[in-house]
Amino acid sequence: MINIRGERFTSKGPLRAICCMRERGNGLGGGFAIYGIYPNFKDIYAFHVMCMNARAKRKVEEFLTRNFRILLSEEIPTENTDTISDPPIFWRYFLEPISSRLKDERVDSDDYIVNKVMKINVGIEGAYVLSSGKDMGVFKGIGFPEDLAKFFRLNEYKGYIWICHTRFPTNTPGWWGGAHPFNILDWSVAHNGELSSYGTNRRYLEMHGYKCTMYTDTEVLAYAFDLLVRRHKMPIELVAKVLAPPYWEEIDAMETRQRLIFTGLRQVYRSLMANGPFSVVVARHGELIGLTDRKKLRPLIAGVKDDFLYISSEEAAIRLISPELDRIIRPSGGEIIIGRLNRLSVIEVPSLRMVQIK
Amino acid sequence: MKSHLLPEYIVERDYTKCTKCKVCIEQCTYGVHYYNAVKDTIESKSELCVNCLRCVVFCPKGAITIKRNYNIYRENYYWGQEIITSIKRQSEAGSAILTGMGCDKPYPIYFDRLLLNACQVTNPPIDPIREPIETRVYLGRKPHKIDLEINGGDISLKTALAPNLCVETPILFAAMSYGAVNLNVHEALARAAVECSTYFNCGEGGLHPNLYKYGDHIIVQVASGRFGVNPKYLNAGAAMEIKIGQGAKPGIGGHLPGEKVSEDIAMVRMIPAGTDVLSPAPHHDIYSIEDLRQLIFALKEATNYMKPIAVKIAAVHNSAAIASGIVRAGADIIVIDGFRGSTGAAPKVIRDNVGIPIELALASVDQRLREEGIRDEVSIIASGGIRSSADVVKAIALGADAVYIGTAALVAMGCTLCQRCYTGKCPWGIATVNPEIAKRLDPNDAYKRVVNLIKAWNIEIKEMLGAMGMDSIESLRGNREQLRGVGLTERELQILGVKMAGE
Repeated sequence: MINIRGERFTSKGPLRAICCMRERGNGLGGGFAIYGIYPNFKDIYAFHVMCMNARAKRKVEEFLTRNFRILLSEEIPTENTDTISDPPIFWRYFLEPISSRLKDERVDSDDYIVNKVMKINVGIEGAYVLSSGKDMGVFKGIGFPEDLAKFFRLNEYKGYIWICHTRFPTNTPGWWGGAHPFNILDWSVAHNGELSSYGTNRRYLEMHGYKCTMYTDTEVLAYAFDLLVRRHKMPIELVAKVLAPPYWEEIDAMETRQRLIFTGLRQVYRSLMANGPFSVVVARHGELIGLTDRKKLRPLIAGVKDDFLYISSEEAAIRLISPELDRIIRPSGGEIIIGRLNRLSVIEVPSLRMVQIK
Repeated sequence: MKSHLLPEYIVERDYTKCTKCKVCIEQCTYGVHYYNAVKDTIESKSELCVNCLRCVVFCPKGAITIKRNYNIYRENYYWGQEIITSIKRQSEAGSAILTGMGCDKPYPIYFDRLLLNACQVTNPPIDPIREPIETRVYLGRKPHKIDLEINGGDISLKTALAPNLCVETPILFAAMSYGAVNLNVHEALARAAVECSTYFNCGEGGLHPNLYKYGDHIIVQVASGRFGVNPKYLNAGAAMEIKIGQGAKPGIGGHLPGEKVSEDIAMVRMIPAGTDVLSPAPHHDIYSIEDLRQLIFALKEATNYMKPIAVKIAAVHNSAAIASGIVRAGADIIVIDGFRGSTGAAPKVIRDNVGIPIELALASVDQRLREEGIRDEVSIIASGGIRSSADVVKAIALGADAVYIGTAALVAMGCTLCQRCYTGKCPWGIATVNPEIAKRLDPNDAYKRVVNLIKAWNIEIKEMLGAMGMDSIESLRGNREQLRGVGLTERELQILGVKMAGE
């Protein structure tokens, strides 16, 4: 959920909503992405790092010291609970890239961060960067969401966007790094579904410098958003049309200019099409996005109440915390829902109407 | 010299069924069957039989059976029947042994050791009867990224899209030249390409004027002999293909004997009738990659940069590096032709011993181009030995954009792989330009059979895609997660980039 005025709120509402969907999880994965939690470090990269052992943590710190100015390094506060067993080490680092290194590597600071995150995830055994954005963080692991919320003491945080996820792992093992949301820079993704296209998506992203290390299909969606929006400067509305494109039959029937755009998108980004069932909630600063596959093989529903936009797999979860909604939106397959900061309305982008960018 | 060769096949005739109608005599182009007026029976010279089965299919009474000759040389694992026969043939003829079609030796078939995935529980399979499943593919160069012009509420495309071929099924018809096959075959394939929204490659012998009307669905080939190449020809097709090599005979040119060069073929190839047609092994203006680049751009110039250029190479040891060079030389499509690919004529020793399996070449080319970050600049067509829709799906999962079929299309028309294409006597009317035999192939009938085959395969492709939970073939391309290997070594799995079944 997002407060489009940017007002920060506590875990109470989001946690009640996700717990309402207990049937959808089995305690082998849960997680949260919260935006606006580090107002004192608003413009500083915050790395949430998970280390399986002290050795991995030592290596991470050596690596970070070499590549960053570390403004603050602290343990992420946790609370021992009966329900969470054998947790790894969670640490957060507030980092600034060393400017001479940026020059040496001839990249901007975002690319620099992506490179370094990939280096840690691939190169340091037992260490994973769970999130790497500014003024936001991901908290996740093995357990039901309410147990993890307690473990990470989430009642102490306030944010203006909350993504919550509960997992029932199937194709990939339930492990701490495999829980959702997945993150790179600002982007966080929680996903309900399974991508048949994972192999194609992964190999395409690898060609563009992303290394998939979390053994799960959702990771590719986070990287796809980063590649298309940040590096290829594509409006999010069109990213939805890359991930869940119209059928060729529909494209062929479009007027010329529109047909060219959609043909081009599908030709060039064919390997990024997300095939198979998915409903996905994606966030970055100022934006919360919901999208399903083009056949709508997974549920997705959105509700609006005053300054809040809710996106969920189930209407019940929304109604539980906001029974009197101003609006309920049931997007069809491939339609994107976007809630933007400081904008009172929700932008819906129907499959075939020309996308409006304002 | 008395021939020591044994007949390969024995023709048996059931005289209780034979009505002496003489259909077998008319149908056999090798003169196996003859009428014995003294005995008033039909008899057969088994030693001439190639087991093409034409007489068996056409005998109205089902009176003929062709059997293997069980008079064989003493069993010897090392000195097999074929080895002894070849030596005896060469000791009598003193020449290289010619053959037709593709390598028939028992080298491993990697397609048959790869298995496909299917959805269970967590991911619903898609039923192609109820849901759309897309098999359209665009072949050609793609820009690295899309640039958009955003102006208020208006978006337009800033990136110029390169010319691409659009196929509604990922199956195209491989190059078979006019001369190797006759005009009826060309017409059938061209019309089938139109009907199936795909492309037919006319091969290196030019394009008959009667077929220019199908040009939107034809890929015109430019090979080392440059037969039939002129500006009109280049602009007649939807794309051009530079043939560097052929899977059935890598490193070898072609030879069409003068007796096959009729007036018509001579006209299309732009050579005098009756002359031997020699395609040199190399292009004499291509001695390295920079020369290929010049030819690619010469062809682009000649067609005003409106058409994609394919470069076809045989699958050989160093294909991956060669393919990388070809992309950088400006090709829009790379065709990799595996060692099972067919030919109208090749020295047997080359066909059976040179080149590598398409599955391995394809996997390593795709991987190499990805490592270099140039995979999406080019489309890959896998060619040579695609036998079924399952092979198509596996090839695409390994990394191909589409496939060529040649042999399979000919089998649909009547070919039985008797491997005697080089004799010019093809009893099925395919690999012959003798008008009397060629007329056996009715282009109407042949075209329908080929269309049926492609339609059937495309249904099966959709079934397999749906089972894997995909509604578009784009998501299968290079998706090796959907493949598992059985009976392969770790090294083979590694080169194919697939996991072992059970992993």
